[in-house]
Amino acid sequence: MEDNKKRVTVPLTDEDARSLKAGDYVYLNGTVYSARDAAHKRMQEALDAGKELPFDIRGNVIYYLGPSPAREGMVIGSAGPTTASRMDKYTPELLDLGLKGMIGKGKRSQAVHEAIIRNGCVYFAAVGGAGALLSKAITASEVIAYDDLGTEAIRKMEIKDFPVIVVIDSEGNDLYEQVMNRE
Amino acid sequence: MREIKASEITSTIKEMCTEANRNLSPDMKRALYNAADKEESPLGRQILGQLKENLSIAASDDIPICQDTGMAVIFAEVGQEVHVTEGWIEDAINEGVRQGYTEGYLRKSVVRDPIDRVNTGDNTPAVIHYFMVPGDKIKLTLAPKGFGSENMSRVFMLKPADGVEGIKNAVVTAVKDAGPNACPPMVVGVGIGGTFEKCALLAKKALTRSLEEPAADERITALEAEILEMINESGIGPAGLGGSTTAFAVNIETYATHIAGLPVGVNICCHVNRHAVRVL
Repeated sequence: MEDNKKRVTVPLTDEDARSLKAGDYVYLNGTVYSARDAAHKRMQEALDAGKELPFDIRGNVIYYLGPSPAREGMVIGSAGPTTASRMDKYTPELLDLGLKGMIGKGKRSQAVHEAIIRNGCVYFAAVGGAGALLSKAITASEVIAYDDLGTEAIRKMEIKDFPVIVVIDSEGNDLYEQVMNRE
Repeated sequence: MREIKASEITSTIKEMCTEANRNLSPDMKRALYNAADKEESPLGRQILGQLKENLSIAASDDIPICQDTGMAVIFAEVGQEVHVTEGWIEDAINEGVRQGYTEGYLRKSVVRDPIDRVNTGDNTPAVIHYFMVPGDKIKLTLAPKGFGSENMSRVFMLKPADGVEGIKNAVVTAVKDAGPNACPPMVVGVGIGGTFEKCALLAKKALTRSLEEPAADERITALEAEILEMINESGIGPAGLGGSTTAFAVNIETYATHIAGLPVGVNICCHVNRHAVRVL
């Protein structure tokens, strides 16, 4: 599709995470976990209570997603990213615990930037509002926790050539900021 | 009095929910296709290409364009010579939303209470705005509103002395602050005048106007064009990743206001600016 295409396997190795640079157009392959507002709140409550998280976040990538329901015979419904900044409150602690990457859309807080640099992580954007298209890159999906949250449950998902763009890299370069400073 | 059965309202709303979430109106599609031809940034063109492909997949596979199928906002323009029978209009509308979202595989994004945040499981209740109008018909406009862009919307209570410059600055500020969060290219609904709540409602209503339908008056049409140009000069671009297409359109609605005020509501919508209209 384009020349700057890179394929990366998820979960992410430390080396892969650090090799990605803001502005890279990347196809992700492997396993990611969906979690958005309500799931993050529950994970935070679990951590505060000294309990384990519902999956081992070390090296993993969280996709900020609440899909629409799957029709019969389909893996998932429409499945595009939600606005990442709503998870900013919870994110630095998860990154410090080993979370390696996030897929969402929109700006992140200063605290998230710092935690990304501190831990050598990466923040990807998928194209918001392209949920029908992105659903085609999800080959399996299974609810693994917080089923009662409906669309906000945590899903383990297999992805194949899932298209994303690196927005914040491990050195803290931010593509959104670069775009706005270009003038 | 002309009689309209509540069940007819329900079945109409149900159809509108799925229609609006799977297909954009022709004016919105044309805006996307035109932008894809004109966009200056290569990455921007690539993203607009993905959005075109996304629309085709949604239509062919019968799945929602975006997973955020929104909170259902309904404008009900009720002719004063209409009598709704066999039920209350509000129940009829909510039942239509319930059936449309449940049977149409649309996402349930509504919580029953803003504090305890328990999902209602059927995307009800809708947000319904009623208008009493002359005649014996009911015009229903359904606009499912996603919250990525709704969260970036604003009300500015400007001073009369701020004038047109103040209005332009307010709208551009709201759009720049929204940036990538609101899924650009956006459609920007603006309400000018009225009161605090009236300008917000006008802004929401402005989003339902066809992008190809001119504003009520030439001064406003010119202001829309000027603000659109300012927005597209910002360079935010498709998905906020840079480019010449940050908004498809600015739609402005106005209303009389108080001698002391200049309220400006800015309701931002993403590139999936959905609506369906039916007249009963």
